[in-house]
Amino acid sequence: MSVKDHREDHAPDMDDAAPGQETVNEREPVGGLQGYVIGFGFAVLLTAASFAVVMTDLVYGPAVVSALVVLAIGQMGVHLVFFLHLTTGPDNTNNVLALAFGIFVVVLVVLGSIWIMSHLNHAMMPMPGMNRFGS
Amino acid sequence: MLGKLDWAAIPFEEPIPLIAALVVFLGMVGLFAWVALKGWLPYLWREWITSVDHKRIGVMYIILAMLMLLRGFVDAIMMRTHQTATLFGEGYLPPDHYDQIFSAHGTIMIFFASMPFMIGLMNFVVPLQLGVRDVAFPTLNSVGFWLTASGALLVNLSLVIGEFARTGWLPYAPLSELEYSPGVGVDYYLWAIQISGVGTLVTGVNLVTTILKMRAPGMGYLRMPIFCWTSLASCMLIVAAFPILTATLAMLTLDRYLGFHFFTNTAGGNPMMFVNLIWAWGHPEVYILVLPAFGLFSEIFSTFSSKPLFGYRSMVAATLFICVVSFTVWLHHFFTMGAGADVNAAFGIATSVIAVGTGVKIYNWMFTMYGGRIRFDTPMLWALGFITTFTVGGMTGVLLAVPAADFVLHNSMFLVAHFHNVIISGVLFGAFAGYTFWFPKAFGFRLHEGWGKAAFWFTLVGFILVFVPLYVVGLQGMTRRLQSIPVDGWAPSLLVALFGVAVMIAGAACQVIQLFVSIRQRDSLRDETGDPWDGRSLEWSTPSPPPAFNFARLPHVEDEEPYWNIKQRAIEGQPPEVPESYQPIEMPKNSPTGFVSAFFATLIGFALIWHIWWLAILGMIGAYATFVVFAWRDEAEYEIPASEVERVDRERLETRQAWYKRREEHA
Amino acid sequence: MSGAAGSSTLPSDISARSGEHDPYRVGRHGGHGHGSTGSGAVGPASRYVTVTYGFWIFLLSDIIMFSAFFAGYAVLSGATAGGPTGRELFELPRVAIQTGLLLTSSFTCGLGSLASHRRDMAWTQIWLLVTGVLGAAFLVLEVQEFAAMIDEGAGPTRSAFLSSFFALVGCHGLHVGLGLLWLGTMMAQLWLKGFRDDILRRLHCFNLFWHALDIVWVAIFSLVYLLGASA
Repeated sequence: MSVKDHREDHAPDMDDAAPGQETVNEREPVGGLQGYVIGFGFAVLLTAASFAVVMTDLVYGPAVVSALVVLAIGQMGVHLVFFLHLTTGPDNTNNVLALAFGIFVVVLVVLGSIWIMSHLNHAMMPMPGMNRFGS
Repeated sequence: MLGKLDWAAIPFEEPIPLIAALVVFLGMVGLFAWVALKGWLPYLWREWITSVDHKRIGVMYIILAMLMLLRGFVDAIMMRTHQTATLFGEGYLPPDHYDQIFSAHGTIMIFFASMPFMIGLMNFVVPLQLGVRDVAFPTLNSVGFWLTASGALLVNLSLVIGEFARTGWLPYAPLSELEYSPGVGVDYYLWAIQISGVGTLVTGVNLVTTILKMRAPGMGYLRMPIFCWTSLASCMLIVAAFPILTATLAMLTLDRYLGFHFFTNTAGGNPMMFVNLIWAWGHPEVYILVLPAFGLFSEIFSTFSSKPLFGYRSMVAATLFICVVSFTVWLHHFFTMGAGADVNAAFGIATSVIAVGTGVKIYNWMFTMYGGRIRFDTPMLWALGFITTFTVGGMTGVLLAVPAADFVLHNSMFLVAHFHNVIISGVLFGAFAGYTFWFPKAFGFRLHEGWGKAAFWFTLVGFILVFVPLYVVGLQGMTRRLQSIPVDGWAPSLLVALFGVAVMIAGAACQVIQLFVSIRQRDSLRDETGDPWDGRSLEWSTPSPPPAFNFARLPHVEDEEPYWNIKQRAIEGQPPEVPESYQPIEMPKNSPTGFVSAFFATLIGFALIWHIWWLAILGMIGAYATFVVFAWRDEAEYEIPASEVERVDRERLETRQAWYKRREEHA
Repeated sequence: MSGAAGSSTLPSDISARSGEHDPYRVGRHGGHGHGSTGSGAVGPASRYVTVTYGFWIFLLSDIIMFSAFFAGYAVLSGATAGGPTGRELFELPRVAIQTGLLLTSSFTCGLGSLASHRRDMAWTQIWLLVTGVLGAAFLVLEVQEFAAMIDEGAGPTRSAFLSSFFALVGCHGLHVGLGLLWLGTMMAQLWLKGFRDDILRRLHCFNLFWHALDIVWVAIFSLVYLLGASA
């Protein structure tokens, strides 16, 4: 990685990885082309599994939701590790912390809204044309 | 051709806003003509408008904020005088106009006064405190500022062309839907906030990256000045909360422009969802505003008590605690919407818990002062005014956090008094304190102490006189946003509040006079040392004003108060190590990208407000072209020659040495 | 707090000595634990790390924006107002093809990044072009789907459910579209100016952007299409 840097009068911190930076980190399970191929393979498998869950009767009906959520989270993880090269190495701490904060807010906003709104809808007088949440 | 725009858009029948706008407009034209006649336009363009220097951008943010603060204050004066006048007659603002005034007051004060003020201070101070030469993305910084200015321009344009929203500072649906607000007022609000929101977001990204990735060598996390910590927390909140605002307002925009049904009464839309989402942004927003103020108060308490900050680590922990927990309390803005006991209880408890973080800070500030040699300069006065009045405001907030009590106090003047109590003493006092504190750093001379102290006392007393009576009328049952007041029993309180406004006007006048007097007497107020307050963090190690490159060589940080310790050693007589040679410094080139993209953003916003579709498309093409031109440039940086760096730095070292000697002799 | 004041080895002026040696360097290179790796205690990070990290932060904010649209969809997905439901509207085969297109484009985008590390102009351009074409095909399918739905009277104005669906999926589509505009501009620039540092940084940011869009799409096809079709 040839990174020319004009603006600092000192050596840059080589222990600091940019998000998604490739080929610098021995902590990564696999790097380079191999990493992308494995990641792609995993992603295809998980996608196929998600579609299979819905299009076939392999999974017990009421469990479909959980299966989809688990598969989706799994696939996001695959993308993060193999495509975005996020690892648990100390050079990635900043990147992972930022991601964790983002996920925290995403979860709060989505689950919080669902929780609050379902209670609000519950307390509403039934009105024509307005279905309860989740019906 | 011009969409909904025609001559009827100009409110000839309402003389007040028209004349006011005309005066402002003529003032601006006059100022422009004066600047042009003086031949300063090229200087203005080269050195300020196209500047990507974080210090200049910070100063421009603060100028914008102060202008908007005055505009919002005029709205506030109109509201108070009108309400009091309706005790005896009809008042002078028809409901239609009055509603626009309170909406504009809130919108301007939050988005275009408080936000730019805090962001301006962060922009100016953070890189200096971190010991680096600029922010991570200098041109983006300029884009952020000019987009904010563009939003402010659109809001003020609504005075003359069309109207502003009548829906309050947060346009609650379904009132803000097309069915109930068919005019362009809400559209002005939406596009102004979206454009300035983008500006705020890029600034947040910029400062987070700057603080996390660009610090002087040796400055680990736990050696960052506390203002940098609170700026980091505040900017992380910007990054995490502003997208929610963007999405929510986009949904409302889709409802209004394309007939979607997010928040409508019909077709399954859910207006309560708007309230939910907007507060998921709105609550973090108050911490976005107040956290930087907490940080700068910490710096001020420590500096003017001549002591290190008490409990630095607990301060950092409390800041991060507030940053995280602020995302779990938003429902307390709508306890009364009917989510039921368990939801209300959970958010009520979270709200009470967040006060603990603030409590930690208040004790830390008190212990910082304890045993210190306190100097009562103007910044310290603002800080003391803050800590006393803010505590009261915080307590009333804890009161409102109790859902049962909130059912009585919701939407009353008690609530209005509460949030003005925390925002004025927290954010506004913080802004003034920071302004007075860092003004000498920015311009090389101090602000006049006498006028500053007068401004403080008038503002503090006026502020108490306005809002204590409003607490009282709130408890007596007066609701907010009343256009006419039929209850005689409230008259005494409202008259006291009116008197308080007069006192606050005196405070604002002192503030303006202070600036003019200081400029006139700048030679006697000159700050030659660069360290006018006996400061402790790195910004005071630079000359005032700092050179474009801030530091000739990046400082080497070895503890939490790097500059203080260096200064002590120098006073003890250790001569400074003068570098043998200086290196040339590469600095980012100025760029008109920010100004030009804001020009197109204004065009797009205006066109969309008035449904002038071709102009909007033209604006987007222009914006895209601007980005391409920017991306295509080959030279992003220019070089400051080593000789120039050496000249500036040697001058600084000599002044410093002379000053240290003087101090030693005095000691 | 100022425990180091008594030490005699400290420099007497902050500007006099900067970055000559760094006692705080830790991690694989040894040091004594004052900062942690990547905490920036050794001074400003390289331009590459800074730019990418900034873009990473922006991406997180973008994902939070999507989360607000997701929240809107989750809350309003039941509010069909007597109109068509997801079960009646969603065509899973189309979604499967779209998913395949976007996933493959994410993969080829990564291959383009690897080619750019080798400074291989031809392959970089080819993989980026493939990425762009796949993205465009994805977009065409989405526009087709939207047009068909609007034709059937199942446009966004029909019900709150459809409003939130169009807004969420459309927002993703808008991102893909803007990404294509960015990609095209960047390819032209790369062609004319070669592997310049700033262009390489932008290329890397584009990679992050494209992978992140794929992650958002995973959430959309699982939680909107598949869940909607099965419910």
